[in-house]
This record gives sequence, structure tokens and C-alpha cells, in this order.
Amino acid sequence: MLEVAGLTVQFPTRRGTLTAVDGVSFSIAPGEILGVVGESGAGKSLTALAIIGLLEPPGRIAAGEVRLEGRRIDNLPYEALRRLRGRSIGMVFQDPLTSLNPLYTIGEQLEETILTHLPFNRAEARNRALALLREVGLPGAEERYGHYPHQFSGGMRQRVVIALALAGEPRLIIADEPTTALDVSIQAQIIALLRRLAHERRTAVMLITHDMGVIAETAQRVAVMYAGRLVEVGPVQAVLHAPQHPYTAGLMGSIPRLGARRRLVQIDGAMPRPGALPPGCAFHPRCPKRFARCSLERPALAAAGRSEAACWLHVAG
Amino acid sequence: MSQADALLALRGVSRDFDVSASWLERTLGHEPRRVLRAVDRVSFAIARGETLALVGESGSGKSTLARLIVGLHAPSEGTIEFAGRRLQMIFQDPYASLNPRWRVRDIVAEPIRFLGTGQRVDELLLQVGLAPEDADKYPHEFSGGQRQRISIARALAGEPDFLVCDEPTSALDVSVQAQILNLMADLQARLGLTYLFISHNLAVVSQVAERVGVMYAGRLVELAPAAELFARPRHPYTRMLLDAVPDLAMSGRARTPVAGEVPNPLALPQGCAFHPRCPHANERCRRETPAFAEGVACHAVAEKRI
Repeated sequence: MLEVAGLTVQFPTRRGTLTAVDGVSFSIAPGEILGVVGESGAGKSLTALAIIGLLEPPGRIAAGEVRLEGRRIDNLPYEALRRLRGRSIGMVFQDPLTSLNPLYTIGEQLEETILTHLPFNRAEARNRALALLREVGLPGAEERYGHYPHQFSGGMRQRVVIALALAGEPRLIIADEPTTALDVSIQAQIIALLRRLAHERRTAVMLITHDMGVIAETAQRVAVMYAGRLVEVGPVQAVLHAPQHPYTAGLMGSIPRLGARRRLVQIDGAMPRPGALPPGCAFHPRCPKRFARCSLERPALAAAGRSEAACWLHVAG
Repeated sequence: MSQADALLALRGVSRDFDVSASWLERTLGHEPRRVLRAVDRVSFAIARGETLALVGESGSGKSTLARLIVGLHAPSEGTIEFAGRRLQMIFQDPYASLNPRWRVRDIVAEPIRFLGTGQRVDELLLQVGLAPEDADKYPHEFSGGQRQRISIARALAGEPDFLVCDEPTSALDVSVQAQILNLMADLQARLGLTYLFISHNLAVVSQVAERVGVMYAGRLVELAPAAELFARPRHPYTRMLLDAVPDLAMSGRARTPVAGEVPNPLALPQGCAFHPRCPHANERCRRETPAFAEGVACHAVAEKRI
């Protein structure tokens, strides 16, 4: 469904070019949820923005390809890409209010989106909008059809945004921290909704989050990013229970879990900023398992256990 | 623990906020005054050297309670007794709680600026894992985790014995959160600190707290030793919260679907505020607010129905 190959995003600045996303490759199959995890500044959101063509200048795609259903989309002209967004790619962001217009009722916004993308008349669009609102679990869809975004709670707004993202019957949904602003009980509801939709509609989902718990509950595969690079990709079970990259291992150990008090694994230091990346593997200064080669050469993704990891530990020789 | 040897004791503490429209609008529109009760008759005590955590979702009143304890709000009812030497607060957002125009030295030394501060600042910075050279830098030169270390150094400057920590790691990435939680545990062991730890994250709470209080709609609904609360939650709301925590172990345990949302604090349901979401609610729950007794405020538990 979605194929990303060698995607590189750069920002020219007065002090030289910053590479914020560096040679990222992955793919997502229909009906699959790929989780993308990483800490702030790892390049997760920029990767998503590059895929949907919403990078803010001067940021630009410096190398690589993005294909949706086999068709290359990273070099499309602006207007063609705009039609693609909403039609073939739905988007859900962290703050539902950024995706909703406060001046229109949710019904109007849904109808408008449906009419833009699908060959429906007004009445059909209205029926479709109501069906979508019921599908995302908005209680009392008919009564609340004429309500404005501010009249909804955070969790309900996020449901409306998901309905909007589904309006054009997209093949791919990009969800950037869709549950981060929500309370835990609401978060669980939204996770269940995303999982059901991907399964029933055979939609590919790229789920960006910093929360491994959300990934564990939703995704089939997970991609771990560090300092703009992909450091590990694999089935969720494998990455969570047998992480192959030392960064993933440290990240998993630092996550507090329900249970007895224990000392958390701690990765000392902080992730380097783009423009101040160490040579070789970007993680080597913080890595407990580093050796000479790590500071000299940059490792590529290679098979490691049931996953792929970019780490010299997994390369023979 | 009796309340007599407690470091901090709250008895029936409530806090109301007047959220009425202006006098003119009220008069013209014949509207009554509207009062929001953010905290409703909360009682508990914290022993010296203990970590008590309060958990709850947005609007549960946990942050208001923290502000009442440090004296940023006065209680509308009830009493708060503090038997310690000095208390300090650590806030969620290390970007907003440090003055960007001050050097770290001045920030950390502010609470003790009338004493000799030079060497003390160095000690404080070392204690939280920063270097004495950092004293001459400004807050923007630090990452979020390092800024939270600066906040902790400042809080420790006046040698408090009690720290109120309001979501101290919620704005941080998980690997940085682990650094800060470990630091807080080390400082507690070294300095004998007592913590009130406020968080919405149950997993974090299970790692730091000895006892846990669960808040819902301004009331304390359950209070128990952490191990007991996580192994055998009693209040239906606590059970629901624990069920909602994403499962990292992927054990495939059966999860009760979580229904409904936190009620609007201006229009709380009659009786037990949780009854519209509760699978065990009956007529009495809809009518009568349950009293807090033996660690839990729930009719179904008191009547041994669950």
C-alpha cells in the first residue's frame, strides 16, 4: 500500500544543511497498522509530513521516494497532492481542534469533505456523514450532527476527526499521536476504534506515538526512530520482548510498568540534535555495548533476530 | 498510621471556585451563582519519609489539591496540618517554571538568596546530576530533562523535608522520565524526603509510590498501599482505570471496555459521581453519595456486592 524508500528530509540553514530525516525506508500493507515510535526530535512527525507533502519550507525532501498503491507521490505537483490528501490519505493529529473548523458544525464539515472527494449529492453526503459518525461511535449522531466542535469533549472531538479522515474512503491513514492529549480511559476507546477500522476497512495505518503501550495494543509491526534514522523495524512482539538494537532495549527498560517498585533502566545523556550528530552510529556515545567500529561507520538495517536492526552487533565481521 | 505522627494531615478539605458570569449578566439573565467544587471533603495523611501518589484523570481535582497543600489556594472547608520543616513544589512544565532571563545560579539560589549561596549552588547542582559550570548558563541552553533537574535543585535549596510533585515527568520523553524518577528515588533515600506525587500515569505511580489515592470528580474514591491497589483494586473506577492502561506485556488479558467520560464538574451526577459509568450502580448509588470508609468510597463494596 505505502512504500517509503530512502526518505531524507533536509533543512537548509545559515550554518549549513540539517538532515532531520535520514534515509528512512519502510512499507505498510493494506489493513496493517505500523507503529512509529521515538522520542521528541527523532523525526517521526517530519517523516509523516514528508509523506503527505506538508513539509513547511525551507524543509524539503532531499532524497528518496514515496509510493502509494505503486504510484509515486513525492514529486506530484501541489494541486494533485492536495486532492490526494483527504481522498487517498486521511490524517489524524494530536490536537483534534487543529483539524476542525470552529465556525462550522461537524455535520457541515463532514458533508463538505465527502462532497469534495466523492460523487455524491447533498442528501447522500448527509447519510454518509451520519453513517461515519455512528461508525466511530459518536453517541446520538443525529442530535449532535448540528453541534459545533467546542460542544464536544476531547475524546468525542477525536472521534469526529477520525470520521473526517475516513470521509474520502482513504487507503492510508496517518495518525500522529492521536491519543496523547486524551485521558487513559478515553485513550483506550480511541485505540480500539483505530484497530477495528483498520481491520474492517483494510486501511493501512501509520500510527506515530511516543507511547510503547499504545503500539503494543494496536500495531502489528513497529519502527523505532532515533536521531532521524530508523534503528529497528519488526513485528511488535519481537521488538517489545526481544529488542535487538541497544537503544530499543534501553527504551523498553525505561518504560514504567504496572507492578512492584523497581529501578528503571536509564539511558544516560540525551538524543543529539540534527546538525550535531556524532559520526558512525548516532547512538554510540550513549550505547553500553559500543565498540571501535560504532564511532567510525554508520550501520545499515540488517536482519537481527526476528526483526531488522541498524547495529554493528548484528553484522558479522 | 494515626494522624498524630503524620507529616501532613488533611481533614475534610474542600475547595469551591466561583465560576458565575458577571454580576450584570447574572442580573439581566436571572442566572444563579455557579460554584464549581473542585475538591470535595478529602481526608488523608502522609507519614514522614513516605511517597503517596494521587492519580486521576483531567478534572479529578488532583492538581487543585496539590495547590491547596502548598498554600497556593486556601481551602473553602476543612483543615490542612503540616508538621514538617518546609515544603516545596515541583511543576509539570520545566519550560514555564524557570525564568528565562535568569542564570541557573540565580534560579537555584532564589529561595536562599539571603544566605551565602556560592558553594551551596554547586552542591545542589551536583546533587541533581548537573555540573557546577552549568550555574552560569540560561534555561534555554538545557533540554527538558535537565530543566526539570534545575527545578528540583531549586526546590531542594531551602532544605525542605516535603516535596509536592505535580506531574513532574509528564512533559518528558520516557528515557528522560526514567532518569528523573531514578533521581527522585535517590534523593529520597539520601535526604529522607517525603513526596506527594501527582500523576495521571498509573504505571509511573506503581513505580514510585508506597500508597496510592485515586480521585474522581473531586473526591477521593480509594486509598490503599500501592501493591494492594494494583493487585486488588476495589472501587469500580480504579478497576476501570487499571483496565485502560495499555498492556505492554501483550498478555492478551481480557479487558473490560471502558465506557463513558469524566462528568462535567459543573453538572455532577446526583449520588455517587461515578454511577452513570458504573456496572454495579443501583438505586442507592443514584441517590446517595457514598462515604469514604476503610479505604474506599463505594456502596457496592460496602454492601459486599462486589
